[in-house]
Amino acid sequence: MVKEIERAGLPVVHICTVVPISLTVGANRIVPAVAIPHPLGNPSLTPAEEKEIRSKLVDKALIALSTEVTDQTVFEMS
Amino acid sequence: MAKIRVVHYINQFFAQIGGEEKADHKPEAREGFVGPGMAFNAAFGDKAEIVATVICGDSYFNENLETATKEVLSMISSYKPDLVIAGPAFNAGRYGMACGTVAAAVKEQLGIPAVTGMYIENPGADGFKTKVHIIATKNSAAGMKDAVAAMVPFALKLVSGEKIGSSAEEGYIPNGIRVNFFEEKRGSERAVDMLLKKLKGEPYVTEFPMPDFDRVPPNKAIKDITKAKIALVTSGGIVPKGNPDHIESSSASKYGKYDINGITDLTEATYETAHGGYDPVYANLDADRVLPVDVLREYETQGKIGSLHRYFYTTVGNGTSVANSKAYALAIGKELVADGVDAVILTST
Repeated sequence: MVKEIERAGLPVVHICTVVPISLTVGANRIVPAVAIPHPLGNPSLTPAEEKEIRSKLVDKALIALSTEVTDQTVFEMS
Repeated sequence: MAKIRVVHYINQFFAQIGGEEKADHKPEAREGFVGPGMAFNAAFGDKAEIVATVICGDSYFNENLETATKEVLSMISSYKPDLVIAGPAFNAGRYGMACGTVAAAVKEQLGIPAVTGMYIENPGADGFKTKVHIIATKNSAAGMKDAVAAMVPFALKLVSGEKIGSSAEEGYIPNGIRVNFFEEKRGSERAVDMLLKKLKGEPYVTEFPMPDFDRVPPNKAIKDITKAKIALVTSGGIVPKGNPDHIESSSASKYGKYDINGITDLTEATYETAHGGYDPVYANLDADRVLPVDVLREYETQGKIGSLHRYFYTTVGNGTSVANSKAYALAIGKELVADGVDAVILTST
């Protein structure tokens, strides 16, 4: 899906947990997520902490979309 | 001759420990065969025997790739196998990645022959076909019998050190290694035969398929994200509560497009997941964990992004064929461009 939307001409950032799958399917901008059943959350945290994690992942995704890349790039969380 | 010692690697599902709610099951080893190992063991007859089965949950393996590989590998090596069988994983993506990782690591790090099986569209097939032999299987466990029948003789051949033939003869997914052999007819004859078939519109098989480098170069970055219109797309199956379009929990035959105009938060009462390939508890409680509408809506208000596109697109990426996914994304991409969207955040589970 990432690839076809990219082909349509839009930059796509793929937020996903299993980065090797994302690399295999050909995503160009990749942000590694938290876990498979809750990529942008963590039920073991408080709602506020969870929101913060989600915001950080979205921030990273927005950075990825604003960064020129020439090849598949994984934007690791710092 | 003593029987060949086989260790079998399977996931929590085939070990009958549980489904997605048990996908975080940590690696464990059991003596003898478990689940599909029974059929393998029977097919091995007096030549080989499954001495142990190593089991690991698919989510645990993929979320802790390095540690899990180490744990699984040390369990496998403790049984001193002559051969390792992983799976088959059919079209289960995380299981395929796990089987590929395990089989490749066994081969590379332990120097023990290993074979796995999966459906050609499994992401593990693309990821590992050059590293380890992957027998091509059907896309569901209904193909277990055929998979066993193909994997067992191949595995025995591998252990015996017998020469491995081409992928077409042996049934493994082509690994890019050419095998020399003598053709009965010379090249010119074969070429003319092929041409005649082509002219008649009959099916023919090329002897030199062009490599399939299906990569799309990255598009230009967004210059000013605070002006950009961002759309959300997910393969995590987030849908309005009740799943109004009945998107299937696996092998989805459609995608959904839903209006989120004015919605600031996805709640337990309003949204859920239709996805049957991961534990739905967390997404059902708060779908923002998969589709971050809450954060993006705030960013829109704060001016951190230009706007959040009025619709999100969703499907279930669970055993859904590549052809279908492509078709959905093609349609979605066209609409997004037509609607003036600048960039897409796509989330996967």
